[in-house]
Amino acid sequence: MPLLKNGKLIDDVWAFVEDSHELSPGGCVTVSLGRYLSEHEQLAARNEATGVRLSNTDDPALLAPYLAHIHLIELDFPKYTDGRALSQAQLLRRRLGYSGEIRARGQVLRDQLRAMIRCGIDAMQVEDPEVAADPEAVFQFSEHELSDDYQATADGRATIFMKRHRTPGKD
Amino acid sequence: MYRYDEFDETLVRERAAQFRGQVKRRLAGQLREEHFKPLRLQNGVYLQLHAYMFRIAVPYGQLSAAKMRQLAMIADKYDKGYGHFTTRQNIQFNWIKLAEIPDALDALADVEMHAIQTSGNCIRNVTSDHLAGANLDEIEDPRPWCEIIRQWSTFHPEFLALPRKFKIAVTASPNDRAAVRIHDIGLHMKKNGAGEVGFEVIVGGGLGRTPYIGVTVRDWVSKADLLDYLEANMRVYNRHGRRDNKYKARIKILVNELGLAEYQREVDAEFAAQRDAEKVVLPQAEIDRISAYFAPPEFETQPARSDVFDKSIAADPVFARWAKNNLRAHRVPGYISVHIALKPQGAAPGDASSAQMRAIADIGERYGLDDIRVAHEQDIVLPHVKLTDVPAVYAALKAADLAASNAGLASDIITCPGLDYCNLANARSITVSNEVQAVFADPAFEDDVGVLHINVSGCINACGHHHVGHIGILGVDKKGEEFYQILFGGRADEKAVIGEIQGPGLRHEEVAPAIKRVINRYMQLRASKTEKFIDTLARLGHAPFKEALYASA
Repeated sequence: MPLLKNGKLIDDVWAFVEDSHELSPGGCVTVSLGRYLSEHEQLAARNEATGVRLSNTDDPALLAPYLAHIHLIELDFPKYTDGRALSQAQLLRRRLGYSGEIRARGQVLRDQLRAMIRCGIDAMQVEDPEVAADPEAVFQFSEHELSDDYQATADGRATIFMKRHRTPGKD
Repeated sequence: MYRYDEFDETLVRERAAQFRGQVKRRLAGQLREEHFKPLRLQNGVYLQLHAYMFRIAVPYGQLSAAKMRQLAMIADKYDKGYGHFTTRQNIQFNWIKLAEIPDALDALADVEMHAIQTSGNCIRNVTSDHLAGANLDEIEDPRPWCEIIRQWSTFHPEFLALPRKFKIAVTASPNDRAAVRIHDIGLHMKKNGAGEVGFEVIVGGGLGRTPYIGVTVRDWVSKADLLDYLEANMRVYNRHGRRDNKYKARIKILVNELGLAEYQREVDAEFAAQRDAEKVVLPQAEIDRISAYFAPPEFETQPARSDVFDKSIAADPVFARWAKNNLRAHRVPGYISVHIALKPQGAAPGDASSAQMRAIADIGERYGLDDIRVAHEQDIVLPHVKLTDVPAVYAALKAADLAASNAGLASDIITCPGLDYCNLANARSITVSNEVQAVFADPAFEDDVGVLHINVSGCINACGHHHVGHIGILGVDKKGEEFYQILFGGRADEKAVIGEIQGPGLRHEEVAPAIKRVINRYMQLRASKTEKFIDTLARLGHAPFKEALYASA
């Protein structure tokens, strides 16, 4: 399944470890939130990058003490009409200051990419055939389909409310 | 009226282009209907019983002549020459072709209009008082805040896939004409102890199959905090609102399942946790910029009374009746607000032909300072008309068949499209509404009955707001036959109440005679000619009216 990071296709180096499976000694792994909270010391001791998978009902604030040690947070879009993970992404970026990768998985459709980007999701696993056909071009197109925004969100772009009142020439 | 700047204009044009691309992908088979559905809904496109329906946003109900003329053009070019003004102050067209909607969106963008978020599980078009800026009792004009909310909610990326639709209404009057207590969030502008204007925030109102009157979650929120406080409510709803059952997904269910205290605790915690960097940056200069568009128009100095008007009243009893029922007091001497009731006897409530839209545009431009409003009663209002021009306005309305004299009376019936158009409906609404209207066909009788709000919905989704009619009529399907349940005692104003179902449903043909018996009973029982139906009902209880309702059924 194609993986986009900041709009570019990349290889997926992360191993998805089920709760019932042992941790391998090496390599980057993602684990569920529950497992991370109970085994974060062992995970830190592996000296490998750690990722955490959240279900869209999980509270991202539970990760607050550990965010400096987490390199990837996977958010779930079980259905394209379910926007809970968008709030999780905003909380992680804006409230909790998380700067590692936030990856969307599940029903990631072409016409949702822009909202995801704006909420701070910087990586997407895309099975939607409309994206998979030419992921980088579709991403590029979607990102720029609308040029400005009224809301301040995790992508940090200046809002229309701000741009209207900039002093010309100053920025 | 607000005017787009280059940012608003660009976004609306880009959105139209985006939807054109989505329609193209859909028609080419690249985009499945299932995936297209939320996209078309957020562009106002429903799939109805017979065709696509296209709902165009009229933010807080305000139009100009140019906008109204463009709606007339769309009615002629892309539809069957008429449109339907809705209880959410929007307009919808019932016969449009999907492939032509992108062209219609471009035509709308030409007059600073759009269909953004008029449907779908997102923040919908913000609604308000149709008399904003004209009425006697508002503490200030709510429209600048409606426009601020419109912009903030437009494409808000975090809230485009909510559990369910989300409706926000704003009023600034103690007499609520915007029905804010039956909205997901109702904002009631009022002063705090220090005399500053802010917002009472009412959450969790709504009709449908589980009707609730909203509850006050915060008594007063400052203007500076409003958008941040709304974001806190939206986030709590987005994260915790139910998604397992669409009938339990509105915020009213969340508020009621959590209880007010717990809901408040959640929202307060979310609001308190916002870091400075998360706050919405809304510069005072921006508030001022938007507010300036709503500065009062240049009213002329006029005497409070008009000879021309008084003479017409004396000369023409039909005009006198229309004037008595369809004019509303204005805060500037010599001005008045004119209510154009789109409910003549026997017509589809809220419908207007393209010719009527053009007539309204011409009248609004010539006599109404180019300000035209859609009222949630599915009527049109010209908020600013000189009293001395009212006879000419009336003559022009009459020539366009727009001079129904029943504004706010029993035959001004809010009615959903029902089974004639809607694929959710269980029963017809328009026919039953017309039959009930006919009970009040005699103007003298209707005037004698006085203020009476009747609402008709063709199914439990309650688009005709039957729960908040003084008399509500709800169409249900019983083994393939239409039946109508009758409710008493609802109201949508500042004293909002959900009406009570009286008993078994009536057959279609039994409804109008039963309503007639109820009204006759009211005429016998009212304490005086000025006691309204709703007040007699409150004084005596429902029993005598229920007895009349079922007397010979």
